[in-house]
Amino acid sequence: MTRTARQLLMATFGRRGREAADVSRTQGFLACFCRVSPVFEPSSLRHWIRRERTSSDSKSSCRKLFAVLALLGLSQAAFASVLPEDRTDFLYHRYDGGGVTIDGPSVLVRKSVGKSVSLSANYYVDMVSSASIDVITTASPYTEERTQYSLSADYLRGNTTMSMGYTNSVESDFDANTYSLSLAQDMFGSLTTLTLSYAYGDDTVRRSDDPTFFRDNTRQTYGIGLTQILTRNMITALNVEVITDEGFLNNPYRSVRYFDPDSPVGYSFEPELYPRTRTTNAVGIRAKYFLPYRAALEAQYRYFIDTWDIESHTGSISYIHPWRDFTFTAKYRYHDQTGAHFFRDLFARSEATNFRGRDKELSPLRSSTVKLSAAYEFISDGWNFIDKGTVNVSLDYLQVDYKEFRDMSTGNPLGSEPFYALDATVLQVFFSFWY
Amino acid sequence: MKKRLIARILLPMIALAALSGCSSIEPWVKPYERDRLADPIMFLDMNPVSSSYIYHVYEAREGARGGEGTAGGGCGCN
Repeated sequence: MTRTARQLLMATFGRRGREAADVSRTQGFLACFCRVSPVFEPSSLRHWIRRERTSSDSKSSCRKLFAVLALLGLSQAAFASVLPEDRTDFLYHRYDGGGVTIDGPSVLVRKSVGKSVSLSANYYVDMVSSASIDVITTASPYTEERTQYSLSADYLRGNTTMSMGYTNSVESDFDANTYSLSLAQDMFGSLTTLTLSYAYGDDTVRRSDDPTFFRDNTRQTYGIGLTQILTRNMITALNVEVITDEGFLNNPYRSVRYFDPDSPVGYSFEPELYPRTRTTNAVGIRAKYFLPYRAALEAQYRYFIDTWDIESHTGSISYIHPWRDFTFTAKYRYHDQTGAHFFRDLFARSEATNFRGRDKELSPLRSSTVKLSAAYEFISDGWNFIDKGTVNVSLDYLQVDYKEFRDMSTGNPLGSEPFYALDATVLQVFFSFWY
Repeated sequence: MKKRLIARILLPMIALAALSGCSSIEPWVKPYERDRLADPIMFLDMNPVSSSYIYHVYEAREGARGGEGTAGGGCGCN
């Protein structure tokens, strides 16, 4: 290494110059430098580093590379964006709580084609077995399956990434198609990324016990996102999302209960009836900070309000700690919401209001989630065409307390049933490969 | 006359000044200072397949949606 290059490396990275050459962090670092020097392809650089690492003076070689790149970084005035990394994930998920079990696989494959295009495909399945509080009090337990396919393409031109996607979801009584477009622009030396997005969804709702029943929904999603690097240790993001729905928005099976003095239990049921439109507004901010001993702390907050009078505050804090080939994550998330204006646990009489609903998710509620996850990097030196491989295990413990939705299954006298509470565990096990 | 002066001279000047202001913004975090931000633990979405799934769970269990991440269509969650 030349004296000039060494001095430059020390000047630019300081004490972290040695760490910068650490191969476990090479991938992200390359992505950063390739923004500066688009003449280098990330994949060719990764192969170069892998080859060099097998030689006896690998650290020296890596330092040479970074010194050259740092020189190029200083001299190059133009900046360019990069496409997402090529990777494949195999996920098994399982939700278990409140009498409901949902599990299944999800496979996500992303691969670039040439220098400007990246394609991705996702196959996702929910296998549902439900004996939830809604189901056991007003219907019979059931099983069903939802299958979802997604395709997307990203096209990179200069500092602009254009994306389009299509998602198809099929259940025995519900079909959904979503078409999406987005445009992301890197600005100010890639310190700022502005993203505009739009999606159009078209759903068909059916009833399994009535072949003549068909209802339509349309949904439009407008999004603006701003990602901002604030300091060399901190990145922030702002997301604004407005979603409008129009059509048949309630569940065709769910009922509301109303006071009925003629009934032996004191109440009877009738079908839900929701407004035919809904507009939701969400503003989310998040900040992630790199701690001095190589760990990360992230805080997130979202404010939500909609035309059904649901207003919510959601906050979370995460801590990410790498140790040797492991990465540990701990997260706490808190959510508090008011209820929809047409939600009642018990209506005063039949057809008491224009709109009526008893979906517990529309009740005022408070939920908290604790998440623990661990990732182990079992391929870090490359194997065949794979650069890196990790296995991840993640467990979320979710607790929901409903403030107005009562638990009818207890058999307590009408009006004195306890408020319902739900505990659920969410398990995820997944393998990820970068190539 | 005054309006024409504003429309023809002042507005283009203000627009030019605004544009030149944008082009003169210097990145205060240089590319070679982004080694920590390029660390995978600093990615905002470290595992897209996992975050997409968990946001779907939150949307199914709560009345709020959007602003945190993305989720697919359909439900399968009652």
